[in-house]
Amino acid sequence: MTTPKLAIRGVHKSFGDTVVLRGVDLDVAAGEVITLIGASGSGKSTLLRCANLLEPIDDGEILLDGFDIAEPGLDPDPIRRRIGMIFQSFNLFPHMSVVDNVAIGPRKVLGVARTTAREDAREMLVRLGLEARVDAYPDQLSGGQQQRVAIARSLAMNPEVMLLDEITSALDPELVGEVLDVVRSLKRDGMTLLFATHEMAFARDISDRVCFLHEGAILESGPPSEVFENPSHERTRQFLDRVIDAGRL
Amino acid sequence: MTEPVSTGSSLTRRQAYERGQRRRGIVIASVSTIIAITAVVVLVPRAPRWNRVKKSFFDRELLMDSFPELLEAFWLDIQIFLWSTPLIFGLSLLVAVTRNSRSPALFPLRALAIVYTDVFRGVPVLLTIFLIGFGIPGLIDSRAWSNPLIWGTVALVLSYSAYVSEVFRAGIDSVHESQRAAARSLGMSPRQTLGSVILPQAMRRVVPPLMNSLVSLQKDVALVSLIGPVEILRRAEIQKSLAANFTPYVGAAIIFLALTIPCTRLADYLLHRERRRTGATAIA
Ligand SMILES: Nc1ncnc2c1ncn2[C@@H]1O[C@H](COP(=O)(O)OP(=O)(O)OP(=O)(O)O)[C@@H](O)[C@H]1O
Ligand SMILES: [Mg+2]
Repeated sequence: MTTPKLAIRGVHKSFGDTVVLRGVDLDVAAGEVITLIGASGSGKSTLLRCANLLEPIDDGEILLDGFDIAEPGLDPDPIRRRIGMIFQSFNLFPHMSVVDNVAIGPRKVLGVARTTAREDAREMLVRLGLEARVDAYPDQLSGGQQQRVAIARSLAMNPEVMLLDEITSALDPELVGEVLDVVRSLKRDGMTLLFATHEMAFARDISDRVCFLHEGAILESGPPSEVFENPSHERTRQFLDRVIDAGRL
Repeated sequence: MTEPVSTGSSLTRRQAYERGQRRRGIVIASVSTIIAITAVVVLVPRAPRWNRVKKSFFDRELLMDSFPELLEAFWLDIQIFLWSTPLIFGLSLLVAVTRNSRSPALFPLRALAIVYTDVFRGVPVLLTIFLIGFGIPGLIDSRAWSNPLIWGTVALVLSYSAYVSEVFRAGIDSVHESQRAAARSLGMSPRQTLGSVILPQAMRRVVPPLMNSLVSLQKDVALVSLIGPVEILRRAEIQKSLAANFTPYVGAAIIFLALTIPCTRLADYLLHRERRRTGATAIA
Protein backbone atom coordinates (compact mmCIF):
# COMPACT_ATOMS: atom_id res chain seq x y z
CA MET A 1 0.00 0.00 0.00
CA THR A 2 1.38 3.38 -0.98
CA THR A 3 0.65 6.51 1.03
CA PRO A 4 -1.70 8.83 -0.81
CA LYS A 5 -0.26 12.18 -1.88
CA LEU A 6 -3.07 13.97 -0.09
CA ALA A 7 -5.43 12.40 2.37
CA ILE A 8 -8.40 14.14 3.91
CA ARG A 9 -9.65 12.25 6.96
CA GLY A 10 -12.81 13.04 8.86
CA VAL A 11 -12.60 16.76 8.26
CA HIS A 12 -15.16 18.92 10.04
CA LYS A 13 -15.58 22.63 9.48
CA SER A 14 -18.21 25.13 10.64
CA PHE A 15 -18.55 28.85 10.25
CA GLY A 16 -20.29 29.91 13.44
CA ASP A 17 -23.51 27.92 13.48
CA THR A 18 -23.24 26.88 9.83
CA VAL A 19 -21.83 23.39 9.62
CA VAL A 20 -20.19 23.15 6.20
CA LEU A 21 -18.06 19.99 6.28
CA ARG A 22 -19.25 17.09 8.44
CA GLY A 23 -16.61 14.39 8.16
CA VAL A 24 -15.10 14.45 4.70
CA ASP A 25 -12.85 11.52 3.76
CA LEU A 26 -10.90 11.61 0.53
CA ASP A 27 -7.62 10.10 -0.65
CA VAL A 28 -5.80 11.51 -3.64
CA ALA A 29 -3.00 9.32 -5.00
CA ALA A 30 0.04 10.87 -6.64
CA GLY A 31 -0.76 11.74 -10.25
CA GLU A 32 -4.46 11.19 -9.74
CA VAL A 33 -7.07 13.63 -11.02
CA ILE A 34 -10.13 13.91 -8.82
CA THR A 35 -13.09 16.16 -9.52
CA LEU A 36 -15.39 17.40 -6.80
CA ILE A 37 -18.95 17.96 -7.90
CA GLY A 38 -21.92 19.05 -5.87
CA ALA A 39 -24.56 21.71 -5.58
CA SER A 40 -23.72 25.31 -4.86
CA GLY A 41 -23.09 25.65 -1.14
CA SER A 42 -22.22 21.98 -0.67
CA GLY A 43 -18.77 22.95 0.60
CA LYS A 44 -16.45 22.38 -2.39
CA SER A 45 -14.61 25.68 -2.00
CA THR A 46 -14.43 25.28 1.75
CA LEU A 47 -12.88 21.83 1.41
CA LEU A 48 -10.22 23.12 -1.00
CA ARG A 49 -9.47 26.14 1.19
CA CYS A 50 -9.07 23.85 4.17
CA ALA A 51 -6.73 21.59 2.21
CA ASN A 52 -4.61 24.65 1.45
CA LEU A 53 -4.72 25.71 5.12
CA LEU A 54 -6.46 28.95 4.21
CA GLU A 55 -9.17 27.92 6.68
CA PRO A 56 -8.40 26.08 9.91
CA ILE A 57 -10.36 22.86 10.26
CA ASP A 58 -12.30 22.06 13.41
CA ASP A 59 -11.59 18.35 13.47
CA GLY A 60 -9.94 15.63 11.42
CA GLU A 61 -6.63 15.31 9.62
CA ILE A 62 -5.17 16.45 6.34
CA LEU A 63 -2.15 14.37 5.39
CA LEU A 64 0.38 15.40 2.79
CA ASP A 65 2.61 12.41 2.05
CA GLY A 66 1.32 10.94 5.30
CA PHE A 67 2.28 13.97 7.40
CA ASP A 68 -0.53 15.79 9.18
CA ILE A 69 -0.45 19.37 7.93
CA ALA A 70 -3.61 20.43 9.78
CA GLU A 71 -1.90 20.04 13.12
CA PRO A 72 -2.74 23.22 15.01
CA GLY A 73 0.30 25.40 15.61
CA LEU A 74 2.21 24.19 12.56
CA ASP A 75 3.77 26.90 10.39
CA PRO A 76 1.60 26.77 7.26
CA ASP A 77 3.94 28.63 4.90
CA PRO A 78 6.39 25.82 4.03
CA ILE A 79 3.40 23.53 3.43
CA ARG A 80 1.45 25.91 1.26
CA ARG A 81 4.32 26.30 -1.16
CA ARG A 82 3.99 22.58 -1.92
CA ILE A 83 0.28 22.92 -2.67
CA GLY A 84 -0.88 25.14 -5.52
CA MET A 85 -4.30 26.74 -5.51
CA ILE A 86 -6.18 28.34 -8.39
CA PHE A 87 -9.22 30.47 -7.62
CA GLN A 88 -12.44 31.10 -9.45
CA SER A 89 -11.73 34.83 -9.55
CA PHE A 90 -8.06 34.48 -10.67
CA ASN A 91 -6.80 36.80 -7.89
CA LEU A 92 -3.83 38.03 -9.88
CA PHE A 93 -1.87 40.86 -8.30
CA PRO A 94 -3.16 43.91 -10.21
CA HIS A 95 -0.14 46.09 -9.46
CA MET A 96 2.36 43.74 -11.07
CA SER A 97 2.99 42.83 -14.67
CA VAL A 98 2.19 39.30 -15.79
CA VAL A 99 5.80 38.18 -15.60
CA ASP A 100 6.17 39.61 -12.08
CA ASN A 101 2.98 37.89 -10.98
CA VAL A 102 4.60 34.61 -11.94
CA ALA A 103 8.06 35.49 -10.60
CA ILE A 104 6.98 36.84 -7.21
CA GLY A 105 6.46 33.44 -5.55
CA PRO A 106 9.89 32.00 -6.39
CA ARG A 107 11.53 35.33 -5.59
CA LYS A 108 9.96 35.88 -2.19
CA VAL A 109 9.38 32.36 -1.00
CA LEU A 110 12.19 30.36 -2.57
CA GLY A 111 14.71 33.21 -2.61
CA VAL A 112 15.40 32.92 -6.34
CA ALA A 113 17.25 35.95 -7.76
CA ARG A 114 15.05 38.45 -9.56
CA THR A 115 16.51 37.96 -13.05
CA THR A 116 16.47 34.18 -12.80
CA ALA A 117 12.91 34.19 -11.46
CA ARG A 118 11.77 36.40 -14.33
CA GLU A 119 13.50 34.24 -16.92
CA ASP A 120 11.85 31.13 -15.50
CA ALA A 121 8.53 32.97 -15.41
CA ARG A 122 8.86 33.89 -19.07
CA GLU A 123 9.56 30.28 -19.94
CA MET A 124 6.52 29.15 -17.99
CA LEU A 125 4.36 31.75 -19.73
CA VAL A 126 5.60 30.65 -23.14
CA ARG A 127 4.60 27.10 -22.27
CA LEU A 128 1.08 28.33 -21.54
CA GLY A 129 0.89 30.30 -24.79
CA LEU A 130 1.14 33.72 -23.15
CA GLU A 131 4.46 34.91 -24.57
CA ALA A 132 2.81 37.95 -26.18
CA ARG A 133 1.42 39.19 -22.85
CA VAL A 134 4.35 38.85 -20.44
CA ASP A 135 4.70 42.60 -19.91
CA ALA A 136 0.97 43.38 -19.80
CA TYR A 137 -0.92 44.04 -16.56
CA PRO A 138 -3.71 41.72 -15.43
CA ASP A 139 -6.51 44.15 -16.24
CA GLN A 140 -5.36 44.25 -19.85
CA LEU A 141 -5.93 40.51 -20.28
CA SER A 142 -9.00 38.46 -21.12
CA GLY A 143 -10.42 36.28 -18.35
CA GLY A 144 -9.01 33.15 -19.97
CA GLN A 145 -5.56 34.70 -20.18
CA GLN A 146 -5.76 35.85 -16.57
CA GLN A 147 -6.64 32.38 -15.40
CA ARG A 148 -3.75 30.91 -17.39
CA VAL A 149 -1.42 33.43 -15.74
CA ALA A 150 -2.78 32.36 -12.36
CA ILE A 151 -1.98 28.76 -13.25
CA ALA A 152 1.52 29.79 -14.34
CA ARG A 153 1.98 31.68 -11.07
CA SER A 154 1.08 28.56 -9.13
CA LEU A 155 3.18 26.23 -11.33
CA ALA A 156 6.21 28.47 -10.85
CA MET A 157 6.34 27.22 -7.26
CA ASN A 158 6.61 23.66 -8.52
CA PRO A 159 3.72 22.38 -6.41
CA GLU A 160 3.19 18.69 -5.69
CA VAL A 161 -0.60 18.98 -5.65
CA MET A 162 -2.89 21.54 -7.24
CA LEU A 163 -6.30 22.55 -5.96
CA LEU A 164 -8.53 24.08 -8.60
CA ASP A 165 -11.69 25.83 -7.44
CA GLU A 166 -14.16 26.27 -10.30
CA ILE A 167 -11.47 27.88 -12.33
CA THR A 168 -13.69 28.37 -15.38
CA SER A 169 -16.86 29.62 -13.68
CA ALA A 170 -16.01 33.29 -14.12
CA LEU A 171 -15.17 32.89 -17.81
CA ASP A 172 -17.14 33.56 -20.96
CA PRO A 173 -18.04 30.23 -22.57
CA GLU A 174 -15.66 30.72 -25.48
CA LEU A 175 -12.72 31.17 -23.09
CA VAL A 176 -13.35 28.04 -21.04
CA GLY A 177 -11.62 25.77 -23.57
CA GLU A 178 -8.21 27.43 -23.39
CA VAL A 179 -8.10 27.05 -19.61
CA LEU A 180 -9.32 23.45 -19.66
CA ASP A 181 -6.61 22.66 -22.23
CA VAL A 182 -4.06 23.76 -19.65
CA VAL A 183 -5.62 21.46 -17.07
CA ARG A 184 -5.36 18.61 -19.58
CA SER A 185 -1.67 19.32 -20.06
CA LEU A 186 -1.20 19.32 -16.27
CA LYS A 187 -2.70 15.85 -16.14
CA ARG A 188 -0.47 14.73 -18.98
CA ASP A 189 2.56 15.93 -17.00
CA GLY A 190 1.46 13.77 -14.08
CA MET A 191 0.28 16.54 -11.72
CA THR A 192 -1.94 15.52 -8.82
CA LEU A 193 -5.17 17.49 -9.16
CA LEU A 194 -8.17 18.08 -6.95
CA PHE A 195 -10.64 19.98 -9.04
CA ALA A 196 -14.00 21.46 -8.00
CA THR A 197 -16.06 22.14 -11.10
CA HIS A 198 -19.46 22.57 -12.68
CA GLU A 199 -18.09 21.52 -16.10
CA MET A 200 -19.50 18.02 -16.04
CA ALA A 201 -18.47 17.05 -19.58
CA PHE A 202 -14.91 17.96 -18.78
CA ALA A 203 -15.05 16.22 -15.41
CA ARG A 204 -16.19 13.05 -17.08
CA ASP A 205 -13.45 13.36 -19.66
CA ILE A 206 -10.46 14.08 -17.43
CA SER A 207 -11.13 12.56 -14.01
CA ASP A 208 -9.76 9.36 -12.65
CA ARG A 209 -12.37 9.65 -9.95
CA VAL A 210 -15.41 11.84 -9.35
CA CYS A 211 -16.59 12.69 -5.84
CA PHE A 212 -20.08 13.96 -5.19
CA LEU A 213 -20.20 16.28 -2.20
CA HIS A 214 -23.57 16.56 -0.53
CA GLU A 215 -24.36 18.46 2.64
CA GLY A 216 -20.77 18.53 3.77
CA ALA A 217 -19.81 14.91 3.15
CA ILE A 218 -18.76 12.82 0.18
CA LEU A 219 -21.86 10.84 -0.65
CA GLU A 220 -20.55 8.98 -3.62
CA SER A 221 -17.23 8.54 -5.36
CA GLY A 222 -15.97 6.42 -8.23
CA PRO A 223 -14.80 6.43 -11.83
CA PRO A 224 -16.67 8.98 -13.95
CA SER A 225 -18.45 6.36 -16.01
CA GLU A 226 -19.96 4.90 -12.85
CA VAL A 227 -20.89 8.13 -11.10
CA PHE A 228 -22.29 9.84 -14.18
CA GLU A 229 -24.04 6.91 -15.82
CA ASN A 230 -25.04 4.76 -12.94
CA PRO A 231 -25.03 6.70 -9.69
CA SER A 232 -25.87 4.58 -6.69
CA HIS A 233 -27.49 7.36 -4.66
CA GLU A 234 -30.78 9.02 -5.33
CA ARG A 235 -29.24 12.42 -4.39
CA THR A 236 -26.50 12.07 -6.97
CA ARG A 237 -29.07 11.19 -9.60
CA GLN A 238 -31.16 14.25 -8.73
CA PHE A 239 -28.13 16.51 -8.86
CA LEU A 240 -27.06 15.16 -12.24
CA ASP A 241 -30.61 15.47 -13.60
CA ARG A 242 -30.67 19.09 -12.59
CA VAL A 243 -27.30 19.64 -14.24
CA ILE A 244 -28.53 17.94 -17.42
CA ASP A 245 -31.61 20.15 -17.41
CA ALA A 246 -29.32 23.15 -17.18
CA GLY A 247 -27.56 21.86 -20.29
CA ARG A 248 -24.19 21.28 -18.72
CA LEU A 249 -23.76 17.60 -19.50
CA MET B 1 -32.18 68.79 -31.70
CA THR B 2 -31.73 71.54 -34.22
CA GLU B 3 -27.92 71.45 -34.00
CA PRO B 4 -26.30 70.60 -37.29
CA VAL B 5 -25.78 66.87 -37.23
CA SER B 6 -23.69 66.36 -40.32
CA THR B 7 -20.78 68.71 -39.60
CA GLY B 8 -17.91 66.84 -41.21
CA SER B 9 -18.65 63.37 -42.41
CA SER B 10 -16.08 61.92 -39.95
CA LEU B 11 -18.29 62.54 -36.89
CA THR B 12 -20.68 59.86 -35.76
CA ARG B 13 -24.18 60.93 -34.81
CA ARG B 14 -23.34 60.52 -31.17
CA GLN B 15 -20.15 62.61 -31.43
CA ALA B 16 -22.00 65.36 -33.27
CA TYR B 17 -24.70 65.38 -30.62
CA GLU B 18 -22.18 65.50 -27.79
CA ARG B 19 -20.29 68.30 -29.48
CA GLY B 20 -23.49 70.31 -29.77
CA GLN B 21 -24.24 69.70 -26.10
CA ARG B 22 -20.75 70.75 -25.12
CA ARG B 23 -21.00 74.01 -27.06
CA ARG B 24 -24.33 74.83 -25.55
CA GLY B 25 -22.91 74.12 -22.10
CA ILE B 26 -19.96 76.45 -22.67
CA VAL B 27 -22.24 79.29 -23.85
CA ILE B 28 -24.57 78.94 -20.86
CA ALA B 29 -21.67 78.78 -18.41
CA SER B 30 -20.00 81.87 -19.92
CA VAL B 31 -23.14 83.97 -19.87
CA SER B 32 -24.00 83.11 -16.29
CA THR B 33 -20.41 83.73 -15.16
CA ILE B 34 -20.38 87.17 -16.75
CA ILE B 35 -23.66 88.05 -15.08
CA ALA B 36 -22.37 86.90 -11.70
CA ILE B 37 -19.09 88.85 -11.98
CA THR B 38 -20.87 92.00 -13.12
CA ALA B 39 -23.22 91.74 -10.19
CA VAL B 40 -20.34 91.48 -7.73
CA VAL B 41 -18.33 94.31 -9.32
CA VAL B 42 -21.33 96.63 -9.51
CA LEU B 43 -23.04 95.78 -6.24
CA VAL B 44 -20.22 95.28 -3.74
CA PRO B 45 -18.77 98.82 -4.00
CA ARG B 46 -22.27 100.15 -3.39
CA ALA B 47 -22.58 98.28 -0.16
CA PRO B 48 -22.62 100.55 2.91
CA ARG B 49 -19.17 101.02 4.45
CA TRP B 50 -17.43 99.35 1.50
CA ASN B 51 -14.80 102.04 1.67
CA ARG B 52 -13.94 101.19 5.24
CA VAL B 53 -13.74 97.49 4.44
CA LYS B 54 -11.52 98.25 1.49
CA LYS B 55 -9.22 100.41 3.51
CA SER B 56 -8.72 98.08 6.43
CA PHE B 57 -8.55 94.78 4.49
CA PHE B 58 -7.40 95.60 0.98
CA ASP B 59 -4.90 98.43 1.33
CA ARG B 60 -2.81 97.93 -1.80
CA GLU B 61 0.28 99.79 -0.60
CA LEU B 62 0.39 98.03 2.74
CA LEU B 63 -0.07 94.73 0.97
CA MET B 64 2.92 95.39 -1.27
CA ASP B 65 5.02 96.49 1.70
CA SER B 66 4.19 93.56 3.91
CA PHE B 67 4.42 90.87 1.24
CA PRO B 68 8.21 90.29 1.21
CA GLU B 69 8.36 89.86 4.98
CA LEU B 70 5.36 87.57 4.93
CA LEU B 71 6.91 85.43 2.23
CA GLU B 72 10.12 85.21 4.21
CA ALA B 73 8.21 84.12 7.30
CA PHE B 74 6.31 81.59 5.20
CA TRP B 75 9.56 79.78 4.52
CA LEU B 76 9.47 78.63 8.15
CA ASP B 77 5.99 77.19 7.62
CA ILE B 78 7.27 75.33 4.60
CA GLN B 79 10.21 73.99 6.57
CA ILE B 80 7.98 72.71 9.36
CA PHE B 81 5.75 71.17 6.74
CA LEU B 82 8.66 69.47 5.03
CA TRP B 83 10.02 67.97 8.27
CA SER B 84 6.63 66.84 9.47
CA THR B 85 5.42 65.13 6.31
CA PRO B 86 7.87 62.19 6.20
CA LEU B 87 7.59 61.77 9.98
CA ILE B 88 3.81 61.65 9.72
CA PHE B 89 3.94 59.07 6.93
CA GLY B 90 6.38 56.90 8.81
CA LEU B 91 4.56 57.02 12.14
CA SER B 92 1.07 56.60 10.73
CA LEU B 93 2.09 53.67 8.56
CA LEU B 94 3.66 52.03 11.58
CA VAL B 95 0.51 52.61 13.64
CA ALA B 96 -1.74 51.31 10.85
CA VAL B 97 0.29 48.16 10.34
CA THR B 98 0.50 47.56 14.08
CA ARG B 99 -3.24 47.90 14.48
CA ASN B 100 -3.84 45.45 11.64
CA SER B 101 -1.40 42.85 12.96
CA ARG B 102 -2.72 39.75 14.67
CA SER B 103 0.32 38.38 16.43
CA PRO B 104 -0.32 38.03 20.18
CA ALA B 105 3.25 39.20 20.89
CA LEU B 106 2.29 42.58 19.50
CA PHE B 107 -0.73 42.93 21.75
CA PRO B 108 0.78 45.69 23.96
CA LEU B 109 1.81 47.67 20.90
CA ARG B 110 -1.61 47.18 19.36
CA ALA B 111 -3.29 48.44 22.52
CA LEU B 112 -0.93 51.38 22.64
CA ALA B 113 -1.69 52.20 19.00
CA ILE B 114 -5.43 52.17 19.69
CA VAL B 115 -5.11 54.42 22.74
CA TYR B 116 -2.82 56.73 20.79
CA THR B 117 -5.20 57.17 17.82
CA ASP B 118 -8.22 57.59 20.05
CA VAL B 119 -6.55 60.24 22.19
CA PHE B 120 -4.90 62.30 19.49
CA ARG B 121 -7.87 62.22 17.16
CA GLY B 122 -10.07 63.34 20.02
CA VAL B 123 -8.03 66.35 21.14
CA PRO B 124 -8.01 69.55 19.04
CA VAL B 125 -4.71 70.06 17.23
CA LEU B 126 -4.30 73.44 18.89
CA LEU B 127 -4.65 71.95 22.36
CA THR B 128 -2.07 69.28 21.56
CA ILE B 129 0.31 72.00 20.41
CA PHE B 130 -0.20 73.92 23.65
CA LEU B 131 0.20 70.85 25.84
CA ILE B 132 3.31 69.55 24.17
CA GLY B 133 4.78 72.87 23.12
CA PHE B 134 4.53 74.51 26.53
CA GLY B 135 4.51 71.40 28.67
CA ILE B 136 7.51 69.38 27.58
CA PRO B 137 10.12 72.18 27.43
CA GLY B 138 9.19 72.89 31.05
CA LEU B 139 10.20 69.35 31.97
CA ILE B 140 13.52 69.43 30.19
CA ASP B 141 16.49 71.42 31.44
CA SER B 142 18.50 71.27 28.24
CA ARG B 143 18.48 74.57 26.32
CA ALA B 144 18.92 72.85 22.98
CA TRP B 145 15.72 70.85 23.51
CA SER B 146 13.53 73.67 24.67
CA ASN B 147 13.02 75.10 21.21
CA PRO B 148 9.27 75.50 20.65
CA LEU B 149 9.80 74.70 16.97
CA ILE B 150 10.79 71.15 17.85
CA TRP B 151 7.85 70.55 20.17
CA GLY B 152 5.39 72.27 17.89
CA THR B 153 6.46 69.96 15.12
CA VAL B 154 6.23 66.95 17.42
CA ALA B 155 2.68 67.97 18.34
CA LEU B 156 1.68 68.34 14.70
CA VAL B 157 3.23 64.97 13.82
CA LEU B 158 1.44 63.22 16.69
CA SER B 159 -1.90 64.82 15.88
CA TYR B 160 -1.74 64.22 12.16
CA SER B 161 -0.37 60.69 12.37
CA ALA B 162 -3.44 59.69 14.35
CA TYR B 163 -5.66 60.81 11.46
CA VAL B 164 -3.42 59.60 8.68
CA SER B 165 -3.02 56.17 10.24
CA GLU B 166 -6.78 55.75 9.88
CA VAL B 167 -6.44 56.62 6.20
CA PHE B 168 -3.78 53.96 5.79
CA ARG B 169 -5.88 51.47 7.70
CA ALA B 170 -8.85 52.08 5.44
CA GLY B 171 -6.54 51.60 2.46
CA ILE B 172 -5.24 48.29 3.80
CA ASP B 173 -8.78 47.11 4.53
CA SER B 174 -9.89 48.04 1.03
CA VAL B 175 -7.61 45.42 -0.52
CA HIS B 176 -9.81 42.39 -1.01
CA GLU B 177 -9.26 39.35 1.18
CA SER B 178 -8.75 37.20 -1.92
CA GLN B 179 -5.46 38.98 -2.59
CA ARG B 180 -4.19 37.85 0.78
CA ALA B 181 -5.41 34.31 0.09
CA ALA B 182 -3.62 34.26 -3.27
CA ALA B 183 -0.35 35.45 -1.74
CA ARG B 184 -0.53 33.10 1.24
CA SER B 185 -1.37 30.14 -1.01
CA LEU B 186 1.94 30.71 -2.80
CA GLY B 187 3.62 30.22 0.56
CA MET B 188 4.32 33.88 1.24
CA SER B 189 4.56 34.80 4.93
CA PRO B 190 2.19 37.37 6.47
CA ARG B 191 4.98 39.94 6.35
CA GLN B 192 5.81 39.25 2.70
CA THR B 193 2.12 39.36 1.83
CA LEU B 194 1.78 42.75 3.49
CA GLY B 195 4.90 44.20 1.90
CA SER B 196 4.59 42.89 -1.64
CA VAL B 197 0.87 42.52 -2.16
CA ILE B 198 -1.29 44.45 0.31
CA LEU B 199 0.60 47.69 0.95
CA PRO B 200 1.48 48.49 -2.68
CA GLN B 201 -2.20 48.27 -3.58
CA ALA B 202 -3.33 50.13 -0.47
CA MET B 203 -0.86 52.96 -1.12
CA ARG B 204 -2.28 53.72 -4.52
CA ARG B 205 -5.76 54.00 -3.15
CA VAL B 206 -4.85 56.31 -0.30
CA VAL B 207 -3.00 58.88 -2.38
CA PRO B 208 -6.05 61.16 -2.82
CA PRO B 209 -7.14 61.23 0.86
CA LEU B 210 -3.49 61.59 1.84
CA MET B 211 -3.20 64.64 -0.38
CA ASN B 212 -6.17 66.14 1.41
CA SER B 213 -4.51 65.59 4.76
CA LEU B 214 -1.39 67.30 3.46
CA VAL B 215 -3.43 70.33 2.39
CA SER B 216 -4.83 70.55 5.92
CA LEU B 217 -1.36 70.21 7.33
CA GLN B 218 -0.11 73.09 5.19
CA LYS B 219 -2.63 75.30 6.96
CA ASP B 220 -2.31 73.87 10.44
CA VAL B 221 1.43 74.47 10.45
CA ALA B 222 0.49 78.09 11.21
CA LEU B 223 -0.89 76.98 14.59
CA VAL B 224 2.68 76.42 15.76
CA SER B 225 3.01 80.22 15.83
CA LEU B 226 0.85 80.23 18.94
CA ILE B 227 3.67 78.79 21.02
CA GLY B 228 6.26 81.27 19.78
CA PRO B 229 7.95 80.80 16.42
CA VAL B 230 7.55 83.76 14.11
CA GLU B 231 6.14 82.18 11.03
CA ILE B 232 3.76 83.81 8.60
CA LEU B 233 0.70 84.05 10.83
CA ARG B 234 2.70 85.58 13.66
CA ARG B 235 4.46 87.94 11.25
CA ALA B 236 1.10 89.05 9.83
CA GLU B 237 -0.18 89.66 13.33
CA ILE B 238 2.82 91.85 14.16
CA GLN B 239 2.37 93.81 10.96
CA LYS B 240 -1.31 94.17 11.64
CA SER B 241 -0.63 95.67 15.04
CA LEU B 242 1.97 98.07 13.68
CA ALA B 243 -0.23 99.31 10.85
CA ALA B 244 -3.53 98.97 12.70
CA ASN B 245 -4.86 97.39 9.56
CA PHE B 246 -5.95 93.86 8.58
CA THR B 247 -4.38 93.83 5.14
CA PRO B 248 -1.35 91.71 6.25
CA TYR B 249 -3.79 88.94 7.19
CA VAL B 250 -5.21 89.07 3.69
CA GLY B 251 -1.68 88.92 2.34
CA ALA B 252 -1.00 85.81 4.43
CA ALA B 253 -4.25 84.25 3.19
CA ILE B 254 -3.21 84.89 -0.41
CA ILE B 255 0.12 83.19 0.19
CA PHE B 256 -1.59 80.15 1.74
CA LEU B 257 -4.05 79.94 -1.11
CA ALA B 258 -1.26 80.07 -3.67
CA LEU B 259 0.02 76.84 -2.16
CA THR B 260 -3.15 75.05 -1.07
CA ILE B 261 -5.34 75.62 -4.13
CA PRO B 262 -2.99 73.87 -6.58
CA CYS B 263 -2.62 71.03 -4.08
CA THR B 264 -6.38 70.72 -3.67
CA ARG B 265 -6.83 70.62 -7.43
CA LEU B 266 -4.13 67.98 -7.72
CA ALA B 267 -5.80 65.91 -4.99
CA ASP B 268 -9.13 66.12 -6.85
CA TYR B 269 -7.50 65.13 -10.09
CA LEU B 270 -5.79 62.12 -8.49
CA LEU B 271 -9.05 61.10 -6.85
CA HIS B 272 -10.89 61.14 -10.16
CA ARG B 273 -8.15 59.26 -11.89
CA GLU B 274 -8.20 56.61 -9.17
CA ARG B 275 -12.01 56.34 -9.43
CA ARG B 276 -11.78 55.84 -13.16
CA ARG B 277 -9.02 53.30 -12.82
CA THR B 278 -10.69 51.18 -10.16
CA GLY B 279 -14.08 51.58 -11.83
CA ALA B 280 -12.60 50.12 -14.98
CA THR B 281 -10.95 47.17 -13.27
CA ALA B 282 -14.00 46.38 -11.17
CA ILE B 283 -15.94 45.66 -14.35
CA ALA B 284 -13.23 43.53 -15.96
N1 LIG C 1 -16.10 32.59 5.41
C1 LIG C 1 -17.34 32.08 5.57
N2 LIG C 1 -18.12 32.48 6.58
C2 LIG C 1 -19.35 31.99 6.77
N3 LIG C 1 -19.91 31.07 5.97
C3 LIG C 1 -19.20 30.60 4.95
C4 LIG C 1 -17.87 31.10 4.67
N4 LIG C 1 -17.41 30.48 3.57
C5 LIG C 1 -18.38 29.65 3.17
N5 LIG C 1 -19.46 29.71 3.98
C6 LIG C 1 -20.69 28.92 3.85
O1 LIG C 1 -20.32 27.60 3.67
C7 LIG C 1 -21.18 26.94 2.77
C8 LIG C 1 -20.39 26.24 1.69
O2 LIG C 1 -19.73 27.23 0.90
P1 LIG C 1 -18.74 26.83 -0.27
O3 LIG C 1 -18.27 28.11 -0.85
O4 LIG C 1 -17.71 25.91 0.23
O5 LIG C 1 -19.67 26.08 -1.27
P2 LIG C 1 -19.37 25.60 -2.75
O6 LIG C 1 -19.70 24.17 -2.82
O7 LIG C 1 -18.01 26.01 -3.14
O8 LIG C 1 -20.44 26.41 -3.58
P3 LIG C 1 -20.31 27.04 -5.04
O9 LIG C 1 -20.56 25.95 -5.99
O10 LIG C 1 -21.41 28.06 -5.06
O11 LIG C 1 -18.96 27.65 -5.15
C9 LIG C 1 -22.14 27.99 2.25
O12 LIG C 1 -23.35 27.84 2.93
C10 LIG C 1 -21.48 29.29 2.63
O13 LIG C 1 -22.45 30.25 2.92
MG1 LIG D 1 -17.23 27.42 -4.50
